[in-house]
Amino acid sequence: MRYYDKLIFELSRPGRSAFSLPSEAGSFKPTSGSIWRETPLDLPEVSEPDVVRHYTNLSQMNFGVDTGFYPLGSCTMKYNPKINEEIVSQFNGIHPLQPASTTEGVKAVYDFMDKALAEITGMKHFTFLPCAGAHGELTGLMLIREYHMSRGDSARTKIIVPDSAHGTNPASAAVCGLDVVVVKSRPDGLVDVEDLKPLLGPDIAGIMMTNPNTLGLFERDIKEIAELVHGCGGLLYYDGANMNPLLGVVRPGDMGFDVMHLNLHKTFSTPHGGGGPGSGPVGVSERLVHLLDKPRVSGFHGNFGVILRACAYILSLGRENIKLAGRLSTLAANYIKESLKDSFKLPIESVCKHEFVFDGLREAGEVTTLDVAKRLLDYGFHAPTIYFPLLFHQALMIEPTETESLQTLDEFIDVMHTIAKEASATPDLLKTAPHNTPIGRPDETTAARQPVLKYSRQ
Amino acid sequence: MSRIIEGLLYSESHEWVKVEGDLAIIGVSDFAQAEMGDITYVDLPSEGDEVQAGEEFGALESVKASSELYCPVSGTVEAVNEDLESAPEKVNEDAYAAWIIKVRMSDPAELEALMDAAAYEQAIK
Repeated sequence: MRYYDKLIFELSRPGRSAFSLPSEAGSFKPTSGSIWRETPLDLPEVSEPDVVRHYTNLSQMNFGVDTGFYPLGSCTMKYNPKINEEIVSQFNGIHPLQPASTTEGVKAVYDFMDKALAEITGMKHFTFLPCAGAHGELTGLMLIREYHMSRGDSARTKIIVPDSAHGTNPASAAVCGLDVVVVKSRPDGLVDVEDLKPLLGPDIAGIMMTNPNTLGLFERDIKEIAELVHGCGGLLYYDGANMNPLLGVVRPGDMGFDVMHLNLHKTFSTPHGGGGPGSGPVGVSERLVHLLDKPRVSGFHGNFGVILRACAYILSLGRENIKLAGRLSTLAANYIKESLKDSFKLPIESVCKHEFVFDGLREAGEVTTLDVAKRLLDYGFHAPTIYFPLLFHQALMIEPTETESLQTLDEFIDVMHTIAKEASATPDLLKTAPHNTPIGRPDETTAARQPVLKYSRQ
Repeated sequence: MSRIIEGLLYSESHEWVKVEGDLAIIGVSDFAQAEMGDITYVDLPSEGDEVQAGEEFGALESVKASSELYCPVSGTVEAVNEDLESAPEKVNEDAYAAWIIKVRMSDPAELEALMDAAAYEQAIK
């Protein structure tokens, strides 16, 4: 990797430019002085080669699924097949405002995706407007609230969220105006049904669950939970962030969920995490389907490019092969977990789904999960998710996905064992890692307390 | 080993309370600041806000996590420690000196639900 850390402002030379405008443009005068800037606009003055080289050099410092293994738990960083991009490029000329009669192909994509996602999830219909997971959560919760209100059931102001939930769940509920009630997890990491029972009543709008949960464990009591929540008049929301291991195996609709979102950018292989925008379509069961028939809030139907890529993914895998995605992601996660549990603390001994959580090193000494994650960068891997979920203090969450080969998984396992040995033999090597990256360990505390968010000339 | 001060009351969510008449001075315990790591931001309520026992009144953010603050008592916020806005590290330096809010209690009987130093020491073992 070539080291490059310049700011584009540092390339600036007075008078250098990559354009020429007609001279009349410079003679523009505002009718009133009040809208005129008081200070000149401090823009970099650079040539076209300056700009191209600057951003090309920066892009080469990037790490993505196209450069290496990216076991970031809870994020499903699976490989993004290039055929998706090829298909999308054929739709580049389309515009959202062109006449509907000229966009029948786009309509066919939406109709197909509605049917395909309904079959995969057991929901009745989907709306494709939400542009990301949390946007989907908010949309889904608004549907739940509207469902109760439309029945005159206006006292349902509380939503139950497990203590292991993604942080977006309580956040979405709060934005939707619902009060969050937390249900505890049992020592085996699953929702405590006994803790749930006394929370249920006529003020409960529903429960938000991720299954498998954020520990990568399948909520085995989901049928009972669904009966209990439905019994008190509440609905069940499924956070689709962890849908990957269930693909073609288990359907949220069959588990009793009424509303859900899918992260097309995770489960259905579209670029994300800085690589591209998200898409969080929301599916509903039969009893809420009438609420989707209201006029759409936007004419643009969400991030069409992402939906199209997901469509290409589903069609290129096909009905049979898509069932392998869930199974192979589960196999890969369990393979890593079992291979590493001698070196890393496994707080809950169980078969996991697509991901699992270690609670730091077995022989940690002074070495923290942060140090392990930083050292992994030296070996060319992206770090796993750390310090989430909050149930364990040294949480290290690994999700390999189904798109990695056995050789890559073995290579990662070897490196993790090596790091565990280094932690005992040369802990300072870990405390000061990374050593092989362009930038070492930044001072995160000062960066958070006194962030510099804007370039200013000295 | 985190510090626990005799004479203060403690909540299960790791807030401490110093009682002066019907005024409750509230902060977070040394255990809480140590678990959070370097605190980078303290989200404070406003003076005059009504607070309920067991409900959120603010939040702490650290490089590791964000954690809500729960009010151990009900009442009206009489003062907030605005120093923490520009110097959140004070919570790390001395969690018992860095009070966060002062609450004029509406129901001092709620204090009975809190733990004394000995009970809190057991709770965080």
